[in-house]
Order: sequence, then C-alpha cells, then structure tokens
Amino acid sequence: MKKLILALSTAAILSVASGAAQAATKVCFLYVGSKTDGGWTQAHDIGRQELQNHFGDKVETVFLENVPEGPDAERAIERFARSGCELIFTTSFGFMEPTLKVAKKFPDVKFEHATGYKTEENVTSYNSRFYEGRYIQGKIAGMMSKVGVAGYIGSFPIPEVVQGINSFLLGAQSVNPDFAIKVVWVNSWFDAGKEADAAKALIDQGVDIITQHTDSTGPMQVASERGIKAFGQASDMIDAGPETQLTAIVDTWGAYYIKRTQALMDGTWTTQSIWDGLADGILQMAPYTNMPDDVKQAAMDTEAKIVSGELKPFTGPITKQDGTEWLKAGEEADDGTLLGLNFYIKGVDDQLPQ
Amino acid sequence: MTLAEAILLTITTAATPLLLAAIGELVVERSGVLNLGVEGMIVMGAVVAFAAAQLTGSAYLGALFGMAAGCLFSLLFAFLTLTLVANQVATGLALTILGLGLSGMIGESFVGQRGVQLDEIAIPFLSSIPLIGNLLFNQDLIFYVSIFSVFGVSWFLFKTRLGLQLRAIGDSHGSAHALGISVIKTRYLAVMFGGACAGLAGAQLSLVYTPQWVENMSAGRGWIALALVVFASWRPLRVLAGAYLFGAVTIGQLHAQALGFGIPSQFLSALPYLATIVVLVIISRNRRLTLMNTPASLGQSFVPDR
Repeated sequence: MKKLILALSTAAILSVASGAAQAATKVCFLYVGSKTDGGWTQAHDIGRQELQNHFGDKVETVFLENVPEGPDAERAIERFARSGCELIFTTSFGFMEPTLKVAKKFPDVKFEHATGYKTEENVTSYNSRFYEGRYIQGKIAGMMSKVGVAGYIGSFPIPEVVQGINSFLLGAQSVNPDFAIKVVWVNSWFDAGKEADAAKALIDQGVDIITQHTDSTGPMQVASERGIKAFGQASDMIDAGPETQLTAIVDTWGAYYIKRTQALMDGTWTTQSIWDGLADGILQMAPYTNMPDDVKQAAMDTEAKIVSGELKPFTGPITKQDGTEWLKAGEEADDGTLLGLNFYIKGVDDQLPQ
Repeated sequence: MTLAEAILLTITTAATPLLLAAIGELVVERSGVLNLGVEGMIVMGAVVAFAAAQLTGSAYLGALFGMAAGCLFSLLFAFLTLTLVANQVATGLALTILGLGLSGMIGESFVGQRGVQLDEIAIPFLSSIPLIGNLLFNQDLIFYVSIFSVFGVSWFLFKTRLGLQLRAIGDSHGSAHALGISVIKTRYLAVMFGGACAGLAGAQLSLVYTPQWVENMSAGRGWIALALVVFASWRPLRVLAGAYLFGAVTIGQLHAQALGFGIPSQFLSALPYLATIVVLVIISRNRRLTLMNTPASLGQSFVPDR
C-alpha cells in the first residue's frame, strides 16, 4: 500500500512538473519600485501585463517589487533563477552587477538588464533613448516658458540622466538660444517628499516649467498647486496634473518583452545590446496637452523628424559648459560618448557632481 | 510672495512632522520609556490618514484617524513593554519594521491616487500682518497643533503636578512607585500620547506635505525625530528649535543647488545630518546639564515589587 501511494504521488509530481514545462514559459521581472508607482516601475509592469495577455497561458509571468539595489537584489535574482524562471528581466540600472553575478552561476537561464551597458553570453542589455523624448520636451519648454528657465529634478548624476538634461536644453535652445536650466539632485529615484521639496525650491527661485528624472508624481503635484506646467516621467502622469502636464515620456516596454519571449520560445534568443528610441516604439510621447496649437504642432513636427531619423538631438555645433567645443557643426555624437556622458553643455546652471 | 517668505513656508512644512513626532517622543522618554518605533507609528499614521481621507472625503477625519492609528499602534508597544515587560529597544525596532510592512499592505490599493489636501485656515486679522502673518497665521490645522503642542507640553511637564509626577517616574520609577504614583498607568498614557503625535505627523505627510500615499513615505523622519529628542536634551523648546534647524538645512541645501553653488550635491544631501551631529557634540560637552535633563530610568523596565 505504501509503495502504491509513493508511486502514485511520484507520478503525480512528475506529470505536474512536465505539464508545467510544456504549458508555460516562465518569465520573471524584478522591480526597484512599487508596481503602482505611477512612473518607472508601473511602465515595466504594464509591459509585463501586455506580455501575459499576448501569450495567454503559454507564458507564466512572475514579478518581485520594491527590491532595493544591492545585496538584496542578488538574492532575489538568484531565487528567480532557482525557481525555474527561463527569462529574467531586471529593470533598474543598479541591478546590473547582481544580474551579471547570478547569470554566471546559471548559464542556462537568460537574463535581460534594463539601462545598463554590460552584456554576457546569457545577459542582454536593453535601453531606451529617453533623451529623444526630452529633446521634444525641451522644445516645448522653450516655446512655453516666459522666463526662459526650467527646473530639472535629477536623481543621480549618471550618464542617462546627464543625457536627458543636455538633450532637454538643446531642444529648448533650438527655440530660445539663451534658455537655461537649474538642476537640483535629490539623490534618490523615489522619495515623493524630497522631490516635492525640490520642485518647490525651483519654483520659488523663479522657474516656470518643471521636468523630472525621478519617478514619483510629487513634483507634478507641486507644479499643479503652484499653477505652472510640468512634464511627466516614465508613465503618463496626467492624473496627477490634468491641467499641468504638457506631455510625458512614456516607456512602452510591452512590444520588446513580447519579441524577446518569442525569441526564447523559438530558440533564437541571443545576447545583444539594444538601444532603441521613438522610432522603434519603445518610447512614446503622452498626448500633447495644456499648450497652444502652434506649440503642439511644433512638438509633433519634432517628434516626426526624430522618428524619421532626420533630426538627431546630439548634432553639432554644441559647446560644453566650460566653453570648449564638443561637436563641430553637423557632427553627430556617437553612442559610446553618449553612454558615458559626464559633462554638461552650455546653459546649465549647476556643477555636475563627479 | 518674496523668495524668503516662500523658503520659510517650505521649511515650516518640512519641520512640522519632525516637530510633532519629536515632541510626542519627548513625553514618552520623560516618563522613562524609550520607544524606537516612531518611524513605524508615523508611517501607520500616514497610510491610515490617507485611506480615511479618501474614503470619507474629509481631510480632517483623515487626520483624526491617523492620530488614532498611531495611538493604537503605540498601545501594542505599551502592552508588550509595560505589561509583559519586554525589552524596549527590541520591541521598538520591531514596531518600526512591522509598521513599514503593514502600511505597505494597507496602502496598496491607494497608491497613485490623488489625495485630499488639508485646507489652510487663515486666522482673522493676524494673518494680514506683513511678513509673519502669512507664515504663522495662514497655515493648516496640523501646523497650529504642532506649535501649540510644544508650549502645551512645556507647561504640562514643568508647571503641573501631573507633569512633575511623570518626570519623577522617568527619573526614578522605584521612588515614584513608593510615593504611590501609578508608574504603569502614567507610562501607558505617555506612550499613547507619543503614538498620537507620531500618527498626526504621518497624517501631515500624506495630507499636507505631499497629498498622496507612497510606500515608505516617512523616509526616515522617525529616526530624525528620535535624534531631535536627544539633541534637545529632553527640553520642548529646544525640540522646536532643532526641528526648524533641521528643516531649514534640508530645504536650504535644495535652494543652494538650484542657485548653482559649486558644492557637490551628495555633500549637501548629507548636510542636515552633519548639522545634527555637530550640534549634538556641542550640547553633550556640558555633562552636568546633560545629566540633569536625561531621564535616569530611560529604557529600564519596571516591575512593581509589591
């Protein structure tokens, strides 16, 4: 009798295990914030839901939210790998090293790290050219701002954020050559109170447009209270400022997640380093709202030009903050320089923390 | 509104939650109890205040519920440490960790919602005084309560019989017990007062500071409040000064950045903490004064011997 039970239960376990393996590909996501943060992580979670809806029960998606960058991340990724995840997306810059470390231990599992720059045999790095959207925002700011100064709330002085600041300013200066920006670093990706304080400080010092490279809706809320305009980040933040948001950079990861999962299923997944932009649909602009028609038209034209490849934000002549020449007229910045960007262009009212 | 006035207004908003939480903890510590759960009580106050305000549509009810939540949560601490005589430090830490987790769970469905803001109440005549009128007499209710609580607590501790009893318990619970003062009952009330203050501080975060709920929105303010109590050497008026100094440095560094001073932002971000440490060192140099104000039986459990 005992033997029979043992045999039966073993058979049951085996059938469940093999059934699961055939039925669903397990795709796992690691989030740095809460999946309802209204910004960065929410955008990734929407991508995950699109992936789930696209494949239905052929795919099983799992996520872990609020994982701090650091040793906790490594443990979480390892747990994913051990629990049978076949494809793991780690969606924050600071997850890069932990991802690489775990990837070494699990050569059969595929990893994809967002916004980093290192790849391995089984680690792909994928990124979005957020700065293209920020150029359009800059253009709008240049036309909308009366004082010609915008406030920029930064998280950490990493190349991605510096690209955004420079690109925003280039867009604004294409309209108003004297346009300047004030930068405040809050040294956090997500701290609603601190971001709100930074927005207040900037507004008190006379800026009349706020843009942010942090993930909470705090600054949008402050801008809305003070009656000035602002740009959303990562997700459409129109709910936090229906009369405030001009547009937002919306990260649309869904199509990418579907493409890569399909590749894994087909057995064609290979490591790569992807840096897509507006043209590829990995990045979209939220509807242009709260602005006059001519500004809206200019913004749409700029967007069309970037999509068609006619306009590249980092095209010379561009002067560095210290007055030296960076790019000659007509010269384009290469991706290598952009990915390691560590200096400001002329017009930024701040010293870049080194 | 001038720039100076605008800066001062932001400072009051930043200082109010610190002041409230610290003044509550001051009373708790004066009674000889060390409650390290301030952070947890603040964050519980914040989430419950936000939830109540969303569900009832009234920010005032929200604030009231926030206070009640902080108070109830502190009751858990009081029961464990005063009735069951558990270690105060460990229980306080557990309270913080529990609060951070529990609030995240309660608040999950409220993340990303647009909150109800507590209105400003302009006090007639006084609010039209130039310069200070707008700053001091055109604020939300929680601000008035925070200032009032400083003077109220100061008066209670040093001018009333009950205050004297509370301080006696904090200095020597054995002697106070021998005199016939109810140590446990008084400490229960003190801990609950501290919880209510922390809860209200949390309500300020989710109803005034940034009217929204995000996980961990207390962002370490409970720990700063705890430091402020020591910083103020257990004197209410010094808590007031400390909270505003801390708020001023926090906001000042953001303005310094926006003005484009060439100081590294990482250093500026650390400045409020550095300032606290420096003042702490200066104050602690006078040992006699420090000893005089420190509640002598702080953190010690009390078991009545007869």
